[in-house]
Amino acid sequence: MKPNPYRTERIAFTLLLISTVVIILPVFFIVFIIIQKGFSAISWEFLTSIPKMGMREGGIFPAIVGTLYLVLGTLIFALPLGVFSAIYLTEYAQDNLLTRLIKLAIINLAGVPSVVYGLFGLGIFVIFLKLGASILAGSLTLGVMVLPIIITTSKEALDSVPKSFREVSLSLGVSKWQTIRYSVLPHALPGILTGIILAISRAAGETAPILFTVAAFYLPKLPHSVFDQAMALPYHLYVISTQVPNVEVKIRYGTALVLMMIVLSLNLAAIILRSQFRKRKKW
Amino acid sequence: MIIIETQRLNFFYGNFHALKDITISISEKSITALIGPSGCGKSTFLKALNRMTDLIEGTKISGHILINRENVLDGKTDLVSLRKKVGMVFQRPNPFPLSVRENILFGPKIHQIVKPNEYESLIENSLRAVLLWNDLKDRLDANALKLSLEQQQRLCIARLLPVKPDVLLMDEPCSTLDPISTERIEELMRVLKENYTIIIVTHNMQQAARVSDDTGFMLLGELIEFGKTPNIFTNPRHQKTNDYVTGRFG
Repeated sequence: MKPNPYRTERIAFTLLLISTVVIILPVFFIVFIIIQKGFSAISWEFLTSIPKMGMREGGIFPAIVGTLYLVLGTLIFALPLGVFSAIYLTEYAQDNLLTRLIKLAIINLAGVPSVVYGLFGLGIFVIFLKLGASILAGSLTLGVMVLPIIITTSKEALDSVPKSFREVSLSLGVSKWQTIRYSVLPHALPGILTGIILAISRAAGETAPILFTVAAFYLPKLPHSVFDQAMALPYHLYVISTQVPNVEVKIRYGTALVLMMIVLSLNLAAIILRSQFRKRKKW
Repeated sequence: MIIIETQRLNFFYGNFHALKDITISISEKSITALIGPSGCGKSTFLKALNRMTDLIEGTKISGHILINRENVLDGKTDLVSLRKKVGMVFQRPNPFPLSVRENILFGPKIHQIVKPNEYESLIENSLRAVLLWNDLKDRLDANALKLSLEQQQRLCIARLLPVKPDVLLMDEPCSTLDPISTERIEELMRVLKENYTIIIVTHNMQQAARVSDDTGFMLLGELIEFGKTPNIFTNPRHQKTNDYVTGRFG
């Protein structure tokens, strides 16, 4: 039988459409259910007061602050390190077996389960470097976890800048670093920001890496320094969902909603910044 | 006055011998054309002159390249000042995806060779030198990629000038342009010759005949013949040159 192009077209279109709908629906339902069940919990008091009555009442302020500290700390460590090493790997390192192995290893690191990073952080930062369970140790652990994401996306962004930009710049007597600084990085920034967006989401949302390195079960005060433990939203959510009996449903979903909104607004800031840079990218 | 001289210049891509014992003298403020079939090494030779060949991994170069009597193959050569002196125009017009203004200011801003209050006159002079000022004086903030290909190529030449080169290397600068634009770029080359030494690689023999003072014919990495352009085209000494310029192969 000869293939009927109209029929195969219809089949292909339907398949592609169904796949897309199937992946959009869960996202939509997750967001919908969280808002539906959690929205009534949101109040000024919920956002700004400490947990009370064994976390069954009161707010989640220390966990919000803890998560923000951790995201900030993670970026402070991972952002410069990740972007710089991506620049080194793309622009300076020679293309040999060792470089290729390193690149492969970095890509694979992105797939390592987060609990492994948690154990690694416990071993290295908490115990060996004697940082104890602290914001510093947690940030470093999360930083190590998001490094592969930042390096991989930055590398792709740098690779996508046309080679001719570098050639022209060098042929004008501009040094290699100046070439990277003025004719490569500006054009790679939107792509690098994509990596940062992914890193923020990951750092804010992961539970396992902070479990052993920073997160406090219950700590009704704000951290004073980076050497203090802190509460964090994902772990708090885990605790009130599984460890503490009789927590109201709306508090659990309210916590999830807050976590989602924080990730969303951090991402939104990065997305707005990215679109500003994209306006300049026209080739 | 001789400005560029190479002595027994050899170049290898891995095991491939791309340039074989090239010895040539190029005089100041003239146009030298390099012709020859694809893969004969003419672009490689051009890129060796400002050491753009350094960007390719796994290459080897030997011999001498003297520019203003300095050997630029010396390990001590300052690539920044060499490339400022020896500018390059590429085959495909490649302005940055920035405004006309920023394209011209790219070099001078980084090298900090002019003060900000001189930017406007610098832009005007550079664009005038490539006969683009009247077309673009009201569109300095337009994205350079919006210009026609010919204007883009002129802009690429204008972008070189503030860096104050002595030599302009042109690697088939007209190969993406239509015949009328090509003619106008050739006209521009004749104007630029007053102040710059130009070396042009071209596939187009008529172009070499029209525009150049001297012509070199290359084949399989060797410089077969080099001399005054009229002699090369009307009275070549080598049979191979004769075969090529009369279109018997190539």
